[in-house]
Amino acid sequence: MSDLSGSTELQGAPAASLLSVLRRAGGATLDAGLDTVSRLIDIPMRLLQRLIGERRMAYVFLLPNLAFFSLFVFVPLVINLVFSFTGGESLFPSQRPYVGTDQYAYLFDCGSYFDPASCRVDHFWRGVANTLRFTVFQLVSMVTFSLVTALILNMRIRGRGFFRAVYFFPVLLSPVVVALVWKWILQRDGLLNAGLTMIGGQKILFFVDPTWAMFWSVFVSVWAHMGFYTLILLAGLQAIPSELYEAAEMDATPRWRVLWRITLPLLWPNLIVVIVLALIRGVQTFDEVFVLTGGGPGTATLMIVQYIYETAFASQVQNFGLAAAASVVLGVVLFLLTLAQLTLTRRRGAS
Amino acid sequence: MRPIQLLSARHRAGRWHWTDIAAYAYLALGVVLMFAPVVWLVLSSFKTQASLLEFPPKLLPLSQQEVRVQGFPQPLPLFAATLDNGERRELAQVRRIGLIAQMVDPADPKQQYRVPTARLVAVRHLSFATSNYTEPLQKFAFTRYLWNSVFVTVIATLITLLINSMAAYALSIYEFRGKTIAMLIVIGTLMIPITIILVPVYLVVTKLGLVNSLWAVILPGAATPTGVFLLRQYMLTLPRDLIEAARMDKASEWQIYWRIVMPLAAPALAVLAIFSVMWRWNEFLWPLAVLTRTESFTLQIGLNAFQGELQTQWNYLLAMTVVSLIPVALVFVFLQRFIATGIANTGMK
Repeated sequence: MSDLSGSTELQGAPAASLLSVLRRAGGATLDAGLDTVSRLIDIPMRLLQRLIGERRMAYVFLLPNLAFFSLFVFVPLVINLVFSFTGGESLFPSQRPYVGTDQYAYLFDCGSYFDPASCRVDHFWRGVANTLRFTVFQLVSMVTFSLVTALILNMRIRGRGFFRAVYFFPVLLSPVVVALVWKWILQRDGLLNAGLTMIGGQKILFFVDPTWAMFWSVFVSVWAHMGFYTLILLAGLQAIPSELYEAAEMDATPRWRVLWRITLPLLWPNLIVVIVLALIRGVQTFDEVFVLTGGGPGTATLMIVQYIYETAFASQVQNFGLAAAASVVLGVVLFLLTLAQLTLTRRRGAS
Repeated sequence: MRPIQLLSARHRAGRWHWTDIAAYAYLALGVVLMFAPVVWLVLSSFKTQASLLEFPPKLLPLSQQEVRVQGFPQPLPLFAATLDNGERRELAQVRRIGLIAQMVDPADPKQQYRVPTARLVAVRHLSFATSNYTEPLQKFAFTRYLWNSVFVTVIATLITLLINSMAAYALSIYEFRGKTIAMLIVIGTLMIPITIILVPVYLVVTKLGLVNSLWAVILPGAATPTGVFLLRQYMLTLPRDLIEAARMDKASEWQIYWRIVMPLAAPALAVLAIFSVMWRWNEFLWPLAVLTRTESFTLQIGLNAFQGELQTQWNYLLAMTVVSLIPVALVFVFLQRFIATGIANTGMK
């Protein structure tokens, strides 16, 4: 989403070696098989090319991907709007009565937006409140920890590659695994409670106390994704010309001043990317928290996406219209956030 | 990558600034915090159900040693007992009556002792409960889930590689009317995550008659904007002369794509393949919405369903979680450095 130009430097040795391994493993049979397929495809393609000319073949190559995009992204986007303006329980738009903005009116029917209990669709607004709280806490801790980690990893330390890998590896884990790993540690008779009783404390039921449940949701999310943001910041740090630091060293500038005056201002574009990405992901939080807490206790960690999922798929009466309206609202928020990112990075690039 | 001194260069002189010590302390803490949970998962996955229920938990998968004693049909648990005269012996427990245990000497079954349970210490030995791994694969549908996950991952990655590279080829090699619009479409899809079109995609999949089929998981995510960008960016760097020369030789456009551009784009294809495998293997929300029958569950959905049951069988759950970790662990070990640079360059994962 940010700097795409860098991906030209991808001709790394590992990819080549992976490929050669794959090729050897697959052996000549795979090669021959692919070759036959290619020859078979080539016959109609050649005919087509003779018919429309070689320049228009671009459309043919573009077609499959764009067909997938329209079928699974753009058409759904339109249908989503249709859904949100219709009622009933049917999944098929033709059997759904037009209800105008009723779904939205229902969704936004609130005594006070600061008190979810006063809303008709209180779960949605609890979701909004929880997501907001989650996003803010997550953003602050994510930026803080990934910045500190990136700064430290950028120092002259032994075993940098190892430490970088350590912080990075949870990024590869699936949300289900991340949640289960922590659930196992945090459960009533888990490792953490064993530690607590060993130092003379009391067992804490982390998933029964709303505050703790939210705390661990944020913690686990930061644990899992910190490495990703650290990498973005680290790339930014390494792009800062070392002459600047050498000059600062000549002047015997104190460390904190170098950090404040050189490092952070020059890192700002990467920090913006990190902040906006963390916001966009925070707003869409679902899987880790869902597996970890199930949205509980009660609705203490119920997020907007979980509300949408449950309204449409996991409740007794599948209310597709309401779920669609809620996801349109979520989509507008995401769109505004993306727009903010684009303007911020664009302005940065222009100046 | 040349290390750049971040704060200042005192370190070079061999003197330690307090920030250096703080940095190493932070990193050490990080290693524990990042690795310990997963190590704990793996260790726990080898424990028997009985030792998983123990509190406080033991670090290693230990289980009590049992011995067969003549005259007893069942194997008996072994304890180190301190006898009344202060002597320490290894005895097998026959039965326990209140606070007194009736013990027998395994070497000499006629010798019986009565020992207060307070003076018994279980004799434990390291044993790995591999049945945690084998049983769920036989008793539950985990083999099925595993197969489903592998199928989805492999097929989806192949489709993604094919259609994304075709689009990238069109967008990098040709000049044609509507190219800008096509690029805008690709950028546009970057901004529309599945979370906001969950319901209508479900409708499309239903119309196609794919609900509960693995194709419902494979198809919607097959065309990735990330993949198109990644491959296009790489293909732009390929020499045009080669393509022109092939055209001179009467190669068809398809042949140029398949025989010249694809092999040259292999490094970028490998990156996309790795990304795609990770995405597909770990995917959660969409499969959760669209797969409702157990026989079509992927591993992630199966794990989630298993943990949601009232009586969670943690020994099986932990072991299966470890199984679902294996491909990820392999990718990490072999390609970590490589993905790291990929992510740092593209800002995407």
